Parts: sequence; structure tokens; C-alpha cells
Amino acid sequence: MVARAAVRDPRELAVRAALDEIPDPEIPAISVVELGVIGEVAFEPRREGGELLSVELLPTFVGCPAIDVMRQQIGERLTALGVADEVQVRLTFAPPWTSDRISAEGREKLRGSGFAPPVLIGPSFDGHELQLYLAQATCPYCGSERTTLDNPFGPTLCRAIYHCDACNQPFEQFKAV
Amino acid sequence: MTDLAPGPREALAELLLTLADDEFVLGFWDSEWTGIAPMLEEDVATSSISQDEIGHAKAWYELLASLTDDDADRLAFGRAPEDYRHAALMNHPRTDWAFTVARRFLYEHADAIRLEALSRSSYAPVAELAAKMRREETYHLMHVDVWLRRLAEADGDTRWRLVDSLQAAWPEAQAVLAPTAGDVELVKAGILPEPMETLRTRWQGGVQGTLAANGLPALPDAGAPADGRTRRTDDFAWLHGQFTMVARSDEAATW
Repeated sequence: MVARAAVRDPRELAVRAALDEIPDPEIPAISVVELGVIGEVAFEPRREGGELLSVELLPTFVGCPAIDVMRQQIGERLTALGVADEVQVRLTFAPPWTSDRISAEGREKLRGSGFAPPVLIGPSFDGHELQLYLAQATCPYCGSERTTLDNPFGPTLCRAIYHCDACNQPFEQFKAV
Repeated sequence: MTDLAPGPREALAELLLTLADDEFVLGFWDSEWTGIAPMLEEDVATSSISQDEIGHAKAWYELLASLTDDDADRLAFGRAPEDYRHAALMNHPRTDWAFTVARRFLYEHADAIRLEALSRSSYAPVAELAAKMRREETYHLMHVDVWLRRLAEADGDTRWRLVDSLQAAWPEAQAVLAPTAGDVELVKAGILPEPMETLRTRWQGGVQGTLAANGLPALPDAGAPADGRTRRTDDFAWLHGQFTMVARSDEAATW
């Protein structure tokens, strides 16, 4: 998770709290805030008067089909919140979303709903490291590390499929990326 | 840098169209394996990779549309077949599994080199998008390298189909890293940090090294064909008819 400034505009806190109630469309166990897809939240004066609430949305995958749904839900929720005259949800790849942005709460909730959280990867990411990350997955059901990768590609762009050799359950892991 | 003079903007628009069309057309061809890949796990993998490619195409089309005051859906679905600018490598159907692996092996490695260069672009929107895509493409590279090794280590027909497909695809694969008309201008502005010819030489070296490491024969010297991004086939005309079918069925629809 990105470091947070100590003092924040109370309206920003209200915005983040509202966003924390919006579930990820594909994995509803965690919110868009816990997923780490929310970037900067800013209030800007508008030329025509009033204020614009601008929220950055960081796509998990460039081609994630859930992005438009997220964008719409965020826009509607914040408009209903009524803290600014206008709401703008802006897609950005700077900084890029990486799986390390999923919060500690988010990782725990993933585990609780049968998804292994992604391996923490740090800033660099190359093919050699990927091989090492893919070999590591902890079974979200029994906690065993004796697991086997079945497929680095899964039912959505962000999920890989594993098998637990201890409890014999198939499970999915949120991909490290 | 986010503001561009007309010259570099036009050169970048041309480059973006090639990036988008390569990903878009390959994504459509390979998505045809959905349901009929050699095994269930591969069905999921190829479908997921194809979805990534089409998603990358969408992002490039959107960036292009913002530069030229156009519309991403029109760029994707509203052009005649002769107006697409994908490399000739993408003119052919998925054919058999060996051809699919051979084409993706050559393409993914070229795309990786191209994205690495673009991640150093002086034009921030390109650099940011390329950096993000590289993380995803790491999975594609790993996937296709595993398949290359697997087919290379097989006996008889499997191995020979791979060798034949690599040799057939190699000349047209050069078009992926052939210079566009604005290459010099792009390099001068730092939008493309190195000329395409430099990238193509780097890619060729990497490909030959991987082939040798897998006990596969070296590929012959090849230059970039002059019509590598304008040459079209009946196969592509057929695919174009397929992927524009829904958009053509109701041109006034909003999505």
C-alpha cells in the first residue's frame, strides 16, 4: 500500500470511506480501495465556479473488462456523496498498478474467500523472477505450501490456478504482476 | 512531455496504429483456439492471452484516438481491410498449433523488445502504457517459451511442423520491427528511443540464441519487407468480416 500523508482533507477521508464500500466486480470479497486501484483523490476549483473531485483509477490489467464497471460505480457513488459539484474518474498507468498495492486487509479477505493473495514482488519484475513467484502459493484453505501450479492463466486475466497437494483442493491465486 | 508538434504527432499516430493493429489482429486469430486448443489448460491460457492482446490494442487505439481526435471503436471496427497496418505475419489464420506457437514466439519476443524501448519514450503516455504492458507480457513470453521448448523436444512430425512454421513465418515477422515512415522523426524526438532497425537486430540475435539453445536450426538472414504492413490476404479479409460483424449489424448502436 502506498504511504499515506498524516493529515488529510476530511472530505478526502469521506471519499475514501465511500470507495471502500465498492466491491471489486470480479472478486466482490474485496473493495476497490483494498485492491489498491484508487490513486490520488483531489479537489480542484473549476473555471466556471464550484469544485471538481478528481479520482485516479489504476487498472489492474490494461485489458481488464471490469474497469468500465468500476469507473461507472465509482462515479455514481461519489456523485451521490455530494462533496463536489462534479466528479471525474481518470484512468492512469502512472504509477502502474502492481499486485503489491493490495492492502493487508485485502490480502486477508482474499484468503478468506478462497483466493491465495499474490506473492509480494517489489518494484522490479522480469521473467526469471516470475518463474520463482509462480512456484510459490500457499493454500488458502489449509495453509499448506505443498501446492502445484496448474495454469498461470485462469478464468480472469488476474487469476492463476493451483492445486493443493495437502488437502487436494484446487484454488486460485491472484497473479503477481 | 505531453504536448506534441504536428510532425512528431503524425509520426506517433502512425506508430500507434501499427502497435494496436498487431495486437488486435493476433488477438483475434488466437482467440479462435477457445474451445479447441490441444488441452483444457491451454484453452484457458490462449483465451486469456488473446484477451490481454485485444485489451492492449484497445489501450493503444484509445491513445491514438486522443491524439487525432478520433474514436477507438471506429479505429478498431470501422476501417476497410486495406487500412489496417498490422505486420504481414498477422495475415494468416491460426493454422495448426505449431504455426500458432511459431508465430507467437517470433511476435512476443519482437513485441517485448519494442515495449522495452517504448517504456523509455520521452512521451509519457506511451512510456507509462508500455511499462504496464511489459509486466503482463512477461507471462506471455514465459508461456510461449515453454511451448517452443516442448515442441522442439518432441520427435518427428511435431518438431518438423515447428521448424517449418518458424521458417515460413520468419520473413514476414521482420515487418513487426520494420521502420515506419516517421521512424527518423520519432527517434529525433525521443518518442522511440532507438531506431526500429536497431530493435530488429537485437530481436534477431535473441531469437537465434533461443533457437540454438533449444537445438533448433538457425533462421536465414532476412531484411524488412517494404510492403510488410500494407500487404493483405484473403484470410485477413475473412477475419475482418468476422470481427466487424457485430459493429456492422447496428452502426448507430452505443456500447
